[in-house]
Amino acid sequence: MTINQFLILGSLLFSLGVYGVLVRRNAVAVLLSIELMLAAVNINLVAFGSLLGDTLRTGHIFALFVITVAAAEVGIGLAIVILIFRNRASANVDELDLMKW
Amino acid sequence: MLSFAAWSAAEGGHAGAAGEPSGFLGVLAQGAWLIPVVPLLAVGLIVLFGKRLPLKGWELAEGALVFVGLYGAALLIGNWVDPFAFERHVEIARIGVLPGGHDLVLEWGWVVDGLSTMMYFVVGVVGSFVFTYAKGYMKGDVRFTWFFAAFSLFAGGMLVLVSSPNTIQLIVGWELVGVASYLLIGHWWEDHANNAAAIKAFLVNKVADVGLFIGVIISGLVVGSFRFTDLLDAVEAGDSALADVGVWVGLALFIGAMGKSAQWPFHVWLPDAMAGPTPVSSLMHAATMVTAGVYLLGRMFPFYQAEGFGAGLKPLILVIGALTLFLGGLLALVQDDIKKVLAYSTVSQLGYMTAAMGAGAYTAGLFHLFTHAFFKGLLFLAAGSVIHAVHSNNMSDMGGLRKAMPKTYWTFLIGSLALAGIVPLAGFWSKDEILASLAYDGQHGGGGLATFVLVLALAGAFVTAFYMARTVNLTFFGKYKGQAHLHESPRVMTYPLIGLAALAAVGGLVNMPGWFTAFTSWLAARAHPIVEHHASGLNWGLAALGTLAALAGIAAGTALFGRDRATQRERDRFRIPVLYPLLEHKYYLDDLYDYGLVRPIRGPLARAANWSNNVIIDGAVNAFGVVARRLASLVYGGFDQRGIDLGINAAAAAAGEAGGALRRVQTGKVQQYAAALFLGAVALVVGFLIFT
Repeated sequence: MTINQFLILGSLLFSLGVYGVLVRRNAVAVLLSIELMLAAVNINLVAFGSLLGDTLRTGHIFALFVITVAAAEVGIGLAIVILIFRNRASANVDELDLMKW
Repeated sequence: MLSFAAWSAAEGGHAGAAGEPSGFLGVLAQGAWLIPVVPLLAVGLIVLFGKRLPLKGWELAEGALVFVGLYGAALLIGNWVDPFAFERHVEIARIGVLPGGHDLVLEWGWVVDGLSTMMYFVVGVVGSFVFTYAKGYMKGDVRFTWFFAAFSLFAGGMLVLVSSPNTIQLIVGWELVGVASYLLIGHWWEDHANNAAAIKAFLVNKVADVGLFIGVIISGLVVGSFRFTDLLDAVEAGDSALADVGVWVGLALFIGAMGKSAQWPFHVWLPDAMAGPTPVSSLMHAATMVTAGVYLLGRMFPFYQAEGFGAGLKPLILVIGALTLFLGGLLALVQDDIKKVLAYSTVSQLGYMTAAMGAGAYTAGLFHLFTHAFFKGLLFLAAGSVIHAVHSNNMSDMGGLRKAMPKTYWTFLIGSLALAGIVPLAGFWSKDEILASLAYDGQHGGGGLATFVLVLALAGAFVTAFYMARTVNLTFFGKYKGQAHLHESPRVMTYPLIGLAALAAVGGLVNMPGWFTAFTSWLAARAHPIVEHHASGLNWGLAALGTLAALAGIAAGTALFGRDRATQRERDRFRIPVLYPLLEHKYYLDDLYDYGLVRPIRGPLARAANWSNNVIIDGAVNAFGVVARRLASLVYGGFDQRGIDLGINAAAAAAGEAGGALRRVQTGKVQQYAAALFLGAVALVVGFLIFT
């Protein structure tokens, strides 16, 4: 079994995610990009898990954990986005400059 | 030589020492430490919170005194049912070793025996009445709250004194009373004369206190303990070391007692102490302060009775008492200030008490203290009521107040008759007991001296009645000569008068020789047996003579001052060529002190003090100041400004600059932060790849 295709796909997805996080203005799109990065990580985990032939399937199980945490993270993230939208009538990330001196 | 048919006084050995109380009485005695503590606690609370209370702190002072009075009454009744003597000591510190090998122990304690219980009762009861009265008298005073704080301190100090089982605590109470009296006499300090009177009282007391200190120190060193019980035990056991210094200890303690109890020639502070508000005079003359000296003589009574210890001083005590009672009484004759009449009367009555102690009559002396507290407290309060209405202390501004102030008039009259010794009011019983004891002493060991003192005491009874008759006549009869509008005092002032008048009327009935002598057994309840001269039955001859002297005095006073005299000169028409100027100048004693002591010392001493102040102390202080200033400017200019400030400013500037530069990085844009994060991760990965 060759692993290169999976790693290439994973790195492409991850790069897309990083690009989205850094560039997109819409907070929802930023959250989506984070999901992309997490998906890339999951692909890597499953690919390496299969390659090493681990009988406990650690890689697969870990991927399931990542999905769970990602779901929780998105739940909180969207709630924050909705609150910000309600308060400021905008969900644009570059308009949020509260975190400074 | 005087001789009477039946001598009814006898050498009374009161049955042995009284034991400890049990049951409820024991609990009551255990808790008696509260008696001095509660008024002192009230002082603190009044000072801290008094002004915020609805009655401005008065309620705390009154409550404390009522508590003491009730507690004293309960103890007195208990003592009557079952005589007991109780004391407890709480060790505070051991601060060294006495020459005899005993530890020098500082103790706080409380005594509950006949003597101290009687004092608790008197201070509490008279104090409650006086405090109630003072609420009306001091109404509207600028320092009302402070007055009651100092007044509570006064009563509390006295209770510390009388509850003390050792001489150290006695001194603490003694000085608390002195300080409080200073504060109270000078309460209206805006008037310079009041200040001077307060200082005079304090200093005269202080001079006599030196005697007390010396006596306490010597006795403590010799006995190895400051407890009264140990001291009296040593007397009982005939301790030879104590016997060697016995006379000196007795003399020193007696000098202390003379100061507080205003015995001749230390009496000069007492009339001046009239500068204080009248309730202060009342309490000072009745229950606290001046009774302290007599109390000390009573506490040390077995010592002064013991042959080889203090017994040698009895003639001295007798003579001082006699001098005081007679000379003080004469001075009361010529006073125009109604409070000064009463003040000299107190001096005279204290002389009676001291003379009784000198004659070995423990019960008689303290019984007079007991009854005197009621009627003299009453007389002062009534005089205060008059002053309140007339706005003057001088009897030349009074007269005819009988109609306008009936309650004051009747209570004052009862107090005057009690003081004069008219049967069956309080003063009769106690004065008669003193006379009987003096007569007995004259026949048993006291000799001609005691008989002479007896004659003086009888003459004193005449003088007492005379000046009281004069006072009553000038104040309440004849025409009113003052300006102020007359009115009876408010009820808050007249009710205490009535209460004290009732006590002054019946207070003497607790000790009717031959019929009812509860008071004698109360007082005999001591840890040490009291052997004294004590009347076993009424001495009819002396009682008649004493009453006759009093009646003659009243008659003479009324004859001279009964009809209205227009002028002061006419009032003093009884002036006797040599005696009158002598009395008017108070035997020149104040002048003697002033020219003989104060001025010779004050002039050179003041100059010397001034010189040493200006040249030595100021020089040293100034030199020190100059050096300090030079040094300071050196430190300021060189070290502080250049060294330390430079470093601190540099550090602050660096921090400021760095902050200004760095704050631009913090834009608040989340995506820039994320980019930085990502770049950091990339840098780490690159570093990882390169270095492995």
